[in-house]
Amino acid sequence: MSESPGAGLRGRSRLGGPDIVRIAFLVALLAVALAFPVLFPSPVATNYGVFTLVFVAVASAWNVFSGFSGYISLGHAVFFGSGAYALGIAARDWHVTGVATFGLLPLSAAVGALIAVPFGLIALRVRRHTFIVITIAVFFIFQLMAYNFSFTGGSTGVDAPFLPWPAATYNNPFYYISLGCAVGMIALAWLIRRSRFGLQLRAIRDDEDRARGLGVHAMRVKLTAFVISAAVTGLVGAVWFFYLTQVQPPSGFDPLFDLSVVLMAFLGGLGTVAGPVLGALIIEPGQLYLTVTFTNGYFSEILLGALFLVAVLLVPRGIIPTGGEYLRRLTTRGRSAIPAANPASQSAPASTGPRSDEGAMREGGASKGARRRAGKAL
Amino acid sequence: MSNVLLRTEGVNKSYGGVRALDMCTIEVAEGTVAGLIGPNGSGKTTLFNVITGYAKADAGEVYLADRRITNSAPDKVFALGIGRTFQLTRIFPSLTVMENMLVASRHSRTGARRQAMDQLEFVGIAGHHAELAGTLSYGQRKLLELAYVLVADPAIVLLDEPAGGVNLSLVNHIAARIRELNAAGKTFLIVEHNMEFVMGLCAEITVLDSGTVVAAGPPDIVRTDRRVLDAYLGEDIVDEPGPVDPAEDA
Amino acid sequence: MAREIYQAIVDGILIGGVYALMAVGLTLIFGVLDIINIAQGIMVILGAYLSYELAARLHIDLFVGLLITVPAMFVIGVVIQWVFIRPLRGRERTSMTLLVTYAVALIIEGILYQTFGADDRQLSASYVISSVHLFGFYLPYIYLYGFALALALVAALYTLLYRTSFGRSVRATMQDETAARLVGIDTNRVAAITFGIGVAVTAAGGMVYGATNAFDPNSGYDLISRLLAIIILGGLGSIGGALAASIFMLTLESLVDIWQPTWAIVVFYAALVLVLLIKPTGFFGRQAVRAQ
Repeated sequence: MSESPGAGLRGRSRLGGPDIVRIAFLVALLAVALAFPVLFPSPVATNYGVFTLVFVAVASAWNVFSGFSGYISLGHAVFFGSGAYALGIAARDWHVTGVATFGLLPLSAAVGALIAVPFGLIALRVRRHTFIVITIAVFFIFQLMAYNFSFTGGSTGVDAPFLPWPAATYNNPFYYISLGCAVGMIALAWLIRRSRFGLQLRAIRDDEDRARGLGVHAMRVKLTAFVISAAVTGLVGAVWFFYLTQVQPPSGFDPLFDLSVVLMAFLGGLGTVAGPVLGALIIEPGQLYLTVTFTNGYFSEILLGALFLVAVLLVPRGIIPTGGEYLRRLTTRGRSAIPAANPASQSAPASTGPRSDEGAMREGGASKGARRRAGKAL
Repeated sequence: MSNVLLRTEGVNKSYGGVRALDMCTIEVAEGTVAGLIGPNGSGKTTLFNVITGYAKADAGEVYLADRRITNSAPDKVFALGIGRTFQLTRIFPSLTVMENMLVASRHSRTGARRQAMDQLEFVGIAGHHAELAGTLSYGQRKLLELAYVLVADPAIVLLDEPAGGVNLSLVNHIAARIRELNAAGKTFLIVEHNMEFVMGLCAEITVLDSGTVVAAGPPDIVRTDRRVLDAYLGEDIVDEPGPVDPAEDA
Repeated sequence: MAREIYQAIVDGILIGGVYALMAVGLTLIFGVLDIINIAQGIMVILGAYLSYELAARLHIDLFVGLLITVPAMFVIGVVIQWVFIRPLRGRERTSMTLLVTYAVALIIEGILYQTFGADDRQLSASYVISSVHLFGFYLPYIYLYGFALALALVAALYTLLYRTSFGRSVRATMQDETAARLVGIDTNRVAAITFGIGVAVTAAGGMVYGATNAFDPNSGYDLISRLLAIIILGGLGSIGGALAASIFMLTLESLVDIWQPTWAIVVFYAALVLVLLIKPTGFFGRQAVRAQ
């Protein structure tokens, strides 16, 4: 990549071959997604679609906070479940029925955001190990509260309002709503990654103290990302609840939820935009399939764990970054990896040569293959 | 002469039982390239940490021009115009070189990128602007760290071992850049072990030993000061005939 | 009323001892390897099941059975560390190891479900149901033995850490892994053995836990969350802290249980959050812990 200014942040130096291909690919993907219920109208297929899209949105939302900032949250189920319960309780107490219930969705987003504020203020002040544990602790608190409060219905949970839709096409509206959520979240993630805000988040992930020293308001940045992530997760949780028509403490606050989401983001590539999407597209249908086929749910647990271990050991950086590196290696075979164009860079000749001896400096995250797409979000 | 831009007064700092800084008082005149030398463990980096807010002083004061900045937070210090690099280069490895620059920048979008490119070109790594900083070699990282500290246009730049561990041509390159910036009015305070680098570049040198200043002055004076030699080589060195220092008392 | 309170305190202390058994291993692993072993909870349950099998099939006494289960768990721990944790490298190591141990926990839980089913078990022995009546308090024998065992193990751990050369290696690795390697310590071996020890201790904890609680494979979640809260409260890496925090938390829970049983467990976590607000490093945590 030559030295066109602005390539770093904007990611689009000039509209050339690779970018048109990329845009065309995305348009095609979107078209397929839109046409999916028409192409595969059976409720079984659209059911897969709904669940998968729900998790695409959730994984992407999770990644915008945890992937970008490096603070791994194992408590996002808190927002998912709270959003679900919020919709159910509001519909029940305010006597909202039928399609009008969809109008309550923003409430769930707001509930997620509101919970995230005090949650984040407490949890984001400690170091990462402790943060993870706090998220786990808060998760259990919420699950316990769901069991023990009367307004949450105890172990029976809450039911969603009834929708008088025919069974054959019942899933479709939910499919499109989930699609909307997913696409919206992906777009949001992309925007964030390109923005200054996203840059600050990622700087925090690399070296929070240094970032602070350079003027980044770490707490503000982290909390904002946390709240955004929570709001979307809450919203999607409400959609999921409405689709399933019920929520109980173990389903709304499911300990496997966060592990699945983390696995999706991780498999695809933490900190990228496409990573969680890819991860969700791979894992969620697989999980669904297992749950349905092996009604003995414990086998899927073992498989999930095993899959995770395999992923960690084989593709520790995630598929997208690793794939990018692989592609890079393919396309630059035989050519020098370093552009020699800039004469100023030659005043440091010996330093550019032996990259390998600086191995100690170069740790996990950096990937040569990502150089080509370094500034690009996807 | 010129005004004093950065000043510490009687700074004490202990870590547990170890006294890292002991009544440390230094002065950096505006527009100079000042050096800070001393044997290992003499407190140079600790002093930097105290000045830039990464460590809290137990006693004493730090002044920037006439403004008291003792124990201010690092981002406040940075905003006031003190830039600083670290002994172990701290860059953001998963961000591109350009993005590293933008973290520090205070400008608007387009202005920021232009400024950043200028700085990258100045230090000489503009060609790598789209690469991940984590893939840079050690020397290039040093240049990057220098560049992103400069992008905020600080009044004074604290460099912690800028020549450490890099080859000769790069050392000269860095020295040349420092001279250029100084000619344009920037003040520098440099911690270094590379004596040639320091003696050749700095107009004023302060020598620390065990957390306190043992000598200060232009290179020629400091170079032959008995106390400096003692500090570096230890006090029970055998008295050998050497260059006579006219300033030394009998 | 006062009597109830005192009894609750006594109970809390004794149960705290049991939890200490499990928490100490966890905090030791963190201290040396810098990882949080999420699988510790399910390991306790595994230890409980192992003790159960030995008792039910081979009629081996619970405490005697420890002579088998403890080494067995040690081996399991070493294997897990060697195969799954040691290969992890890079900047994301912290999160990755956490997720790996979580995954391992899931797998073990699944295997336990497959093998033993979802029914409750509980270990029994003559001394499990009977107690000694002392100063008007009921002190169940099993708790007394468990407490004694906890003290013995903690003492043994301290001896190991502070009086043996291996313990010196462990402490060196805890402080600075690179430096330890530079002086010839095989940090990989130290890590593996320490992990094994941390897990082996849970075998003992598992036995006592299994004798004092009904358990099934799902019990692991509740356990690990409590254990995590305990070690954070006590200060990550501090063995004494884990002991103190266990007793503190369990006594607190025991007291709250008198008034409101359903909320007792929430108090557990609320206490954690509160303490962290005041002192982010926990009771005896190591120094400055800014958000990293």
